[in-house]
Amino acid sequence: MFIFFLAACEKHRPLPLFTKPSSSLHHRLSPCLPLSPLAHFLILHPSASLPAATLSPPHRTINLRQKHRKVSLGFFFSQTPYFWTSTRWPASELDYAIYLAKKNIRKQGELMEYEKERYSVLHKRINHTWDFVVMQAREQLRASKQRRKADRIVLECQEQAYWLINRPPPGVHNVLDVGLERPNNFSARVTLNSDYYKNEIETSRRALGRNRVKSSICLEGFVKYSEQYLNHDPIMQGCLPSNPWISDDTAHWTMNADMVPTPTRLRVERWSFSFMELLEDSMGRREFMTYLEKEFSAENLCFWQACEDVRHGESSRIVEKVEDIYKNFLAPGAARWVNIDSKTMDKTLEGIRHPHRFVMDDAQMHIYFLMKKDSYPRYLKSDLYKNMLAKAIVPQETKKSVFPFMRRQRHSSPSPAQAATQAEDGQAKGAGQAGTNSAGGSNA
Amino acid sequence: MFYLDFLIVILCFKPFRCRSLPAQRKYMRSPLIPEMATQEVQLNETLAHLKTESETLKSKLEEERAKLHDVELHQVAEKVEGLGQFVMKTRRTLKGHGNKVLCMDWCKDKRRIVSSSQDGKVIVWDAFTTNKEHAVTMPCTWVMACAYAPSGCAVACGGLDNKCSVYPLSLDKNENLAAKKKSVAMHTNYLSACSFTNSDMQILTSSGDGTCALWDVESGQLLQSFHGHAADVLCLDLAPSETGNTFVSGGCDKKANVWDMRSGQCIQSFETHESDINSVRYYPSGDAFASGSDDATCRLYDLRADREVAIYSKESIIFGVSSVDFSLSGRLLFGGYNDYTINVWDVLKGTRVSILFGHENRVSTLRVSPDGTAFSTGSWDHTLRVCDDCYFFIGIKYNQNLCTFNFTPCAPDKPPLSLTATHLPKYSNLKKHIYRST
Repeated sequence: MFIFFLAACEKHRPLPLFTKPSSSLHHRLSPCLPLSPLAHFLILHPSASLPAATLSPPHRTINLRQKHRKVSLGFFFSQTPYFWTSTRWPASELDYAIYLAKKNIRKQGELMEYEKERYSVLHKRINHTWDFVVMQAREQLRASKQRRKADRIVLECQEQAYWLINRPPPGVHNVLDVGLERPNNFSARVTLNSDYYKNEIETSRRALGRNRVKSSICLEGFVKYSEQYLNHDPIMQGCLPSNPWISDDTAHWTMNADMVPTPTRLRVERWSFSFMELLEDSMGRREFMTYLEKEFSAENLCFWQACEDVRHGESSRIVEKVEDIYKNFLAPGAARWVNIDSKTMDKTLEGIRHPHRFVMDDAQMHIYFLMKKDSYPRYLKSDLYKNMLAKAIVPQETKKSVFPFMRRQRHSSPSPAQAATQAEDGQAKGAGQAGTNSAGGSNA
Repeated sequence: MFYLDFLIVILCFKPFRCRSLPAQRKYMRSPLIPEMATQEVQLNETLAHLKTESETLKSKLEEERAKLHDVELHQVAEKVEGLGQFVMKTRRTLKGHGNKVLCMDWCKDKRRIVSSSQDGKVIVWDAFTTNKEHAVTMPCTWVMACAYAPSGCAVACGGLDNKCSVYPLSLDKNENLAAKKKSVAMHTNYLSACSFTNSDMQILTSSGDGTCALWDVESGQLLQSFHGHAADVLCLDLAPSETGNTFVSGGCDKKANVWDMRSGQCIQSFETHESDINSVRYYPSGDAFASGSDDATCRLYDLRADREVAIYSKESIIFGVSSVDFSLSGRLLFGGYNDYTINVWDVLKGTRVSILFGHENRVSTLRVSPDGTAFSTGSWDHTLRVCDDCYFFIGIKYNQNLCTFNFTPCAPDKPPLSLTATHLPKYSNLKKHIYRST
């Protein structure tokens, strides 16, 4: 529940929950002085139960679309002021005792469990002034009866909310502790200082100099992409033999597992869409490696894989991996020397002296594009690929069973975590270029 | 005598001079105050000056972007065949969370899911069998981010504890997963999203403190931080591109920024939304990304054209989008909304092709499975659902005593099926027939 307070005096501006009211107003709130009819309250009523509402989740935008009532209050007496959070008027035990006493009198024995406990504790503690407490409570109740019903309800809600915050029920986060750190629109997360704007200017300048492509070309690209992948999209076209989620049959997944003797036709077709598709599929990558070995250019793919490993692997092993790469691929007279242009080679060798994660990036990019422009198109035209395509199976669509209500048994599959631990145990150290990813990659 | 007089006079004067000294000092001090004041005024002027400069540059950028915009997406898509109406159905309901489900992620094995909820629980499910495989209780509530590692051996999660922790998944039933927890990321405010990069070794996080950061899992070291958002960053997504070096983030400042992971710089920025951006997701080709926001629209931004190219909205939709994702071919865009529904949009034509009901509270997270066979949604009604489309769309025609059931498929090339009943079936039988189609 958020209570907005519009200051009565010179400026009418809404204050969030935890700021102090202005000092001049505070003077007006001192005991036994009626307040002039200038104060307005905007109260957002909580939805559902009050405790839940005070525990509201990190609202990124305060939802002002909730119901609210604007109530204009006339007279109200000194009892009310303590609702207004102010460090100069802390929530004292006496006030809490008065509140609980009021609640007790009003609705006989309708205090909540924790409230009952606290009531008895307070009773013990301030027993000497208990008469005063009860008298005050009765006085306040009498005064409230004289107010308009609307005002009374509003004040009651305010009071309840105030005590929920200052004396939260057990087990509930103390909002006053956590409150200010919760995200809200009032505080700027990032200070909008000159550095921030300088950054923005820098970014905009760079963006202005960017090469842009005509919309017609880009949008055509989307149309082509959707068309090309239409058959591969199970939600659009269905999948063969059947969608496992519908038929409870995992055949589709078994047929498309990483290591199968014969892949499906769709899978092999997908390798021809782009070089990235071929490399991302572990089976495709293997096939491509076989092809390159025939062409005596397998070191390119090995080099690329080693560079990927450096980029995505453990930080602690970067130095060792970069040294390995240098020994195997870049050193003059190396066993698997890769053909990089001299400029990139010089830059890379320079960088190797102080190895970091991205030191091999340029060389890797060069080799990647070399393979993409040269070896990849030839692979697609090669017999190896064509045979694979011919061999590939097209699964039969499973006939929909007559009694669809009879559910097939849903079998569980080995967890990738289990497969990984087994592989780790059995695998020799120095897995090589494939890295740790392949070990955990065996899927059901 | 005169000397004495002088002495007296001098003595009288001295205190007077001392008294005047503080006054003198005050007088000397006062010129400083105007100096400091001018300095402050200068600073404010520079700030305002910078602000205006930044804004002029931004409007110039918008002009440049508009120059190459020669055609709209739906115009280009006119020649594409329209999609029929899809009927989506829930295939699995995962129950087990005690409170609002906030985030979920698929495993690369296409059937396992990790989900996190408000009560601090992170559960790993085998969604196919609906069994729970692992459960971790986080020390904080509101676990707003969770991610599955590419190898399937670990999960990362975080939320109000300002940290991102990685839990390696152990199959030993007796082992307490929380014991092996590894704290990786440390932010100064809540964690809103996290994602592993291509391997288990690096995590990208975004936080309520307005920054994104790239961390090394092994050492917990910060590898790169990304500053540029003016408010909480709510979501991020990694690019599937060949070079694999960029990611996009969306925040409460209505901006979607594309970052270079290596240098930490913001490459592109888009600011057309009217409210907080809750979710961003790349188009499968990596050339564009979609965003969902509290202004009830989803928008598509093209990275090569460097502009917004489509808006997916309807007047009847007034509740914000909490999460978006593309189908495998990129033809469909799924959006989870705060009005408890899921809307499915045709990306090319800009129309809505399906609306899915089923959740009893707002949809907080939505992801399509890695092979595109289904999509999963998590909601504030404590459940997760795995949904798919029905192959057949049912049309029923009553024709006196004849009742014809027309089964027309969603996909254009599948043959239609038609059954005719010669007597008018009772309403209950009718319902059974409809159910039996898939």
